[in-house]
Amino acid sequence: MSNLVTALNGASDANGIATITEVPLQGMITLRGDLSKAAIKTAATTAAGVDMPGQSQANMNGASGITWMSTDELLILCPYGDVAANLATMTKALAKTHALAVDVSDARASFTVSGPNARDVMAKLVPVDLAKGSFEPGMFRRTRMAQVAAAFWMTDADTFQIVCFRSVADYVFEVLKIAAQPGSEVDFL
Amino acid sequence: MLILTCPCCGVTAEETEFHAGGEAHLKRFGPGSDNADFENYLFMRENPKGVHFERWRHNNGCGKWFYAARCTMTLEVFGTYLAQTYEPPADLCAKISAKRPGWSWGRFS
Amino acid sequence: MSTRLATGGRLLNKARAVAFNFNKTAMKGFEGDTLALALLANDQMLIGRSFKYHRPRGLVASGAEEPNGLVNMGQGGKFEPNQRVTTTELFDGLTAESQNHWPSLEFDVGAVNAKLSRFMPAGFYYKMFIHPRPLWKHVYEPIIRAAAGLGKAPKDLDADTYEHFYAFCDVLVIGAGVAGLQAAKSAASSGAKVLLLEQNAHLGGRAPVDGGQINDQSADEFITTITAELAAMENVTIRTRTMGSGVYDHGYVLGYERLTDHAPDLAGPRHRLWRIRAGHIVTATGAIERPLSFAGNDIPGVMLAGAVRDYAVNYGVSIGDRTVVVTNNDDAYRTAITLKHAGLDVPVILDARVLATDSALVAQAKALGIRVLMGHAISSVQGGKRVTGVSVCSQAGEGSVLEEITCDVVAMSGGWSPVVHLWSHCGGKLTWDDAQAHFRPDPSRAPTGDKGQAFVTCAGSANGEMGLAEIMADADAAGKAAATAMGFKPKTQQAPSAVTVAEAAMMPVWLMPQGAGYKLRSKTWLDYQNDVKVSDVQLAAQEGFESVEHAKRYTTLGMATDQGKLSNINGLAILSDALNQPIPQTGTTTFRPPYTPISMGSVGGEARGHVFQPVRRTPMYDWHDENGADWEPVGQWRRPYAYVRDGETVHDAVMRETKNTREALGILDASTLGKLIVKGADAGKFLDMLYTNMMSTLKVGKCRYGLMCNENGFLSDDGVVARIDDDTFLCHTTTGGAETIHGHMEEWLQTEWWDWDVYVANVTEQYAQVAVVGPNARTALERLGGMDVSAESLGFMEWADGTLGGFDVRVYRISFSGELSYEIAVPASQGQAFWDALMAVGADLGAMPYGTECLHILRAEKGFIMIGDETDGTVIPQDLGLGWAISKKKEDYLGKRAQEREHMASSERWKLVGLETVDGSTLPDGAYAVGEGTNANGQRNMIGRVTSSYHSPNLNKGIAMGLVLHGPDRMGEVITFPGTDGKNYEAKIVSPIFYDPEGEKPNV
Repeated sequence: MSNLVTALNGASDANGIATITEVPLQGMITLRGDLSKAAIKTAATTAAGVDMPGQSQANMNGASGITWMSTDELLILCPYGDVAANLATMTKALAKTHALAVDVSDARASFTVSGPNARDVMAKLVPVDLAKGSFEPGMFRRTRMAQVAAAFWMTDADTFQIVCFRSVADYVFEVLKIAAQPGSEVDFL
Repeated sequence: MLILTCPCCGVTAEETEFHAGGEAHLKRFGPGSDNADFENYLFMRENPKGVHFERWRHNNGCGKWFYAARCTMTLEVFGTYLAQTYEPPADLCAKISAKRPGWSWGRFS
Repeated sequence: MSTRLATGGRLLNKARAVAFNFNKTAMKGFEGDTLALALLANDQMLIGRSFKYHRPRGLVASGAEEPNGLVNMGQGGKFEPNQRVTTTELFDGLTAESQNHWPSLEFDVGAVNAKLSRFMPAGFYYKMFIHPRPLWKHVYEPIIRAAAGLGKAPKDLDADTYEHFYAFCDVLVIGAGVAGLQAAKSAASSGAKVLLLEQNAHLGGRAPVDGGQINDQSADEFITTITAELAAMENVTIRTRTMGSGVYDHGYVLGYERLTDHAPDLAGPRHRLWRIRAGHIVTATGAIERPLSFAGNDIPGVMLAGAVRDYAVNYGVSIGDRTVVVTNNDDAYRTAITLKHAGLDVPVILDARVLATDSALVAQAKALGIRVLMGHAISSVQGGKRVTGVSVCSQAGEGSVLEEITCDVVAMSGGWSPVVHLWSHCGGKLTWDDAQAHFRPDPSRAPTGDKGQAFVTCAGSANGEMGLAEIMADADAAGKAAATAMGFKPKTQQAPSAVTVAEAAMMPVWLMPQGAGYKLRSKTWLDYQNDVKVSDVQLAAQEGFESVEHAKRYTTLGMATDQGKLSNINGLAILSDALNQPIPQTGTTTFRPPYTPISMGSVGGEARGHVFQPVRRTPMYDWHDENGADWEPVGQWRRPYAYVRDGETVHDAVMRETKNTREALGILDASTLGKLIVKGADAGKFLDMLYTNMMSTLKVGKCRYGLMCNENGFLSDDGVVARIDDDTFLCHTTTGGAETIHGHMEEWLQTEWWDWDVYVANVTEQYAQVAVVGPNARTALERLGGMDVSAESLGFMEWADGTLGGFDVRVYRISFSGELSYEIAVPASQGQAFWDALMAVGADLGAMPYGTECLHILRAEKGFIMIGDETDGTVIPQDLGLGWAISKKKEDYLGKRAQEREHMASSERWKLVGLETVDGSTLPDGAYAVGEGTNANGQRNMIGRVTSSYHSPNLNKGIAMGLVLHGPDRMGEVITFPGTDGKNYEAKIVSPIFYDPEGEKPNV
């Protein structure tokens, strides 16, 4: 539908020491269940087309992937248009398993922070060790970003992808811009 | 500001990622319980100078509740463990005994 | 006069002059100067006026310990008071003004306080202004407040930006003097990640000033070498202009980086607050020289001997032509020697000690022709705004003057104290060192971390080591120990070699001369910043303030930004002497962070202006904003209170919206209501425990209103539950309750009923939810088309999935207004489009958006309760006439046991009723009703209170709800509510349902 809009309509800012861009609508499915069960694993990997991630890991392949949210929760990423079909397939496959699969694509906003100073920008807002070697692509972290909950992973050596609640998209975009203000390189990480 | 290790997701993080949830190992008393038991459940709390067991939630992380054994004097964290239990794990109690001989807390020692 | 020397100034770039402005006078300094130096070079000895007595004050020290040199800096949005001139780097265009005086620094009316000082001893304010009591608030306090305080509060919005930065390292070294540099190197040799912080712009500390050889290099050469070595190590980061401000639990440290203070034209934030989590911390924070206590020791020109030396060596500034050195130790001789080498006159060194044989430094001074008087002291200093001379006496006596010596500088040294602040912040204990007469860290009682391990080590003079060889060995050991503590293996390299010049023992001197009488003692300052004299501390002890913490607060000794840097030991010694006990028995006061003040901006970081706190926005936020929304904060959400049109007041808009919704069509953005999916075989059982009513019997396709209580029995949330399928429910919560109720559910599932098969997901923000309310609601939806919303197909308290106007929707036929009403959920990304479509089809049906105040009036007209209005955390559902929503069949639900407690079941609890004023006016919200008689305190008895009150435009009168004693049994009675405006409001007790009591409207 042409009237689908993200929270900030694709806002972007490249005036600072890193580029901040709102990601287009991203399909997201919360899947809760016993992660050791074959049915859960199959449902997740079939929908996302990637292997199960380990604890605090993200297995990504472009716009698809699985992130480890908790001991009994995954976030499955897929193209926005595929969510309904994936949900239907998962619900059917999990009919006999205690599980909850629900569309949360619209409940979220997502941003990328990219460029050589991306680590600096992120480390101003999250209480996480983001030094090279401590945080690398493949890892996934849920934490506090300034004053709101957020999760992030790295899509390459210079790019973070952040997921937050849709209602605070403006707040997150604004604090990222402040953290990336010109002249604010830290050069520590 | 404390650092705690969430036993559910394995993340070690600063206190701002967590939410303190009061005393651990409370036994719930519901309808039919006598006044004394219910009063104890609802209002009476340990207030130790030393070894303490408490609940935390990793609310800005994996969202799980867990329990921590901590010294209220030195803030030393003896260990954290899963919330799906009625008592602290034996190995943790042994570790505490090595560091704080003779400790006791509620019905545990 | 103070002036620039021809030679010296190792930190200066004399090729670059810098222009600045002090008290509206243009002055010049050099690049590398601090403001202190530039002022001294311009012969500006008088820097400010003291806090209490407004005495003239000049600089005493050369670093962060400076107590007097505080000025107002900058203008407009860059204005900041209490900036320390000794740590303010000079830049082109700097403007500063002295503070705490009127009308001028040179002539200050407040100085009359000094003449009255004998009438203003310690505790003066406490004693004087306590009676008569009523005068305090309106007479004493305003006058004292106007006269007190240092500096002015900024008036303009801060023009700068600030930020935080989270950093993690294995070893954090604070202080980059030669000890800190060496500790960093020794730790880093192991491969550990090392972060080294230095508060100044330059590295190396004061070793180059004091002299000495390290590894057969001069101190300057050693610093250059080791700095290059550290710079080459990938695992080492050095940050200058970054103060280690405080050490906190579990290795948390705040570092305060000043990025643009020295160069305001640089882009980027002004300050960065480093929020560091360090595995192990080495504090190499050096030592601070102690003043000596003699009469007139606060007259401008009396300075610490080390500072006089710093100024000469580092900045090429002489404080004056004739410097009298007064000391109880050898170190001050270095100052005399330095000055002599610079060609300045040192008429005498007054040494309180009597040495049997000359130590090396004493001999060197004598060889330079300096007169040394052993066993001598200063009786008093002459001068007003500047030292003009000293009276010499015997240290052993009472101050009889033996000789007058003309001078313009007094360089004093009472020995050195380690900077133990950072060690002590998080609980590190101290031990008394008799030989050095100072407290030093006790390594056996270090601050302990999360595993019970010691996590701070002190190095060098911060650890009480005063000789260069010992400092270097200690620093090397500290660095290695820190790395080892973190599981690294330091290289077994040797500590750098250095030679300590043998010094004669110092002699503790706490009062000069030792028998000084009251007259001298009352002119002898201990704490310059807080204007505390020897006589004040003695008075405190005499009046019974024997605990050091009490004496501190009574006298203000060591408070504020000083934090005892200069005053601590001297004050303790005087107190101990007055109490006839040894100093260790008196103990020290508590050192608190920050080490020196940090800006409020840095504490706030990015959290200011529009991102001071997160504001949550619904998908239709922008539309509301463009259509006159008067915003109301609801939790972190912003909701339109009303949509105000041109020419309307907010009240007008609310009245219009409320009438229109009942008469035509109201549209509400209800997206903020919480939506929680609860799924699993035990979901029904679980909800039966959470809600007071029965949810497990709800049929698929139906909705039910439910109440939630906490274990105390008190009502905590309410909302409509819809059964989606056999094992799935969707629970609506209040706007503020979404996160807390989600957490509440997870808490019980994880910590009590972990064997129940239930999963919960918070889908609040997945949907934009729109309430379509009023007689035209169905017509509007039928115009959108796509699904049957007729009374037959979609009855009251039912829900259905379908499409409306091409949108995938879930429609709930529920009503919080008492009108025909639908709540429609669409995916959030389509929320605005759906809203637009609805407004378009509703245009000729009278569609109008309405805000939260209209929502409140509509629900109050119907007697519907609102969590937070009718409830306040002490109200149970039974109080609100909600017994119908409490299951009698269930054995258990959260809160049931508590509601059986005697007090909860009492018939004396206030109960919900409607209230109508006799004259139709609106009751004041929150007003209390008065009953007969008085309580034990003689106050009138209260019998109820207003919980909600509005003017109803539909009923054209004031309506209210309230909790009233025996209320439901007193229908028709009139009770009195005294207002805060002095009026009495008479209101009749009525049913809380004012509108459509039969409830026919929503059922059409």
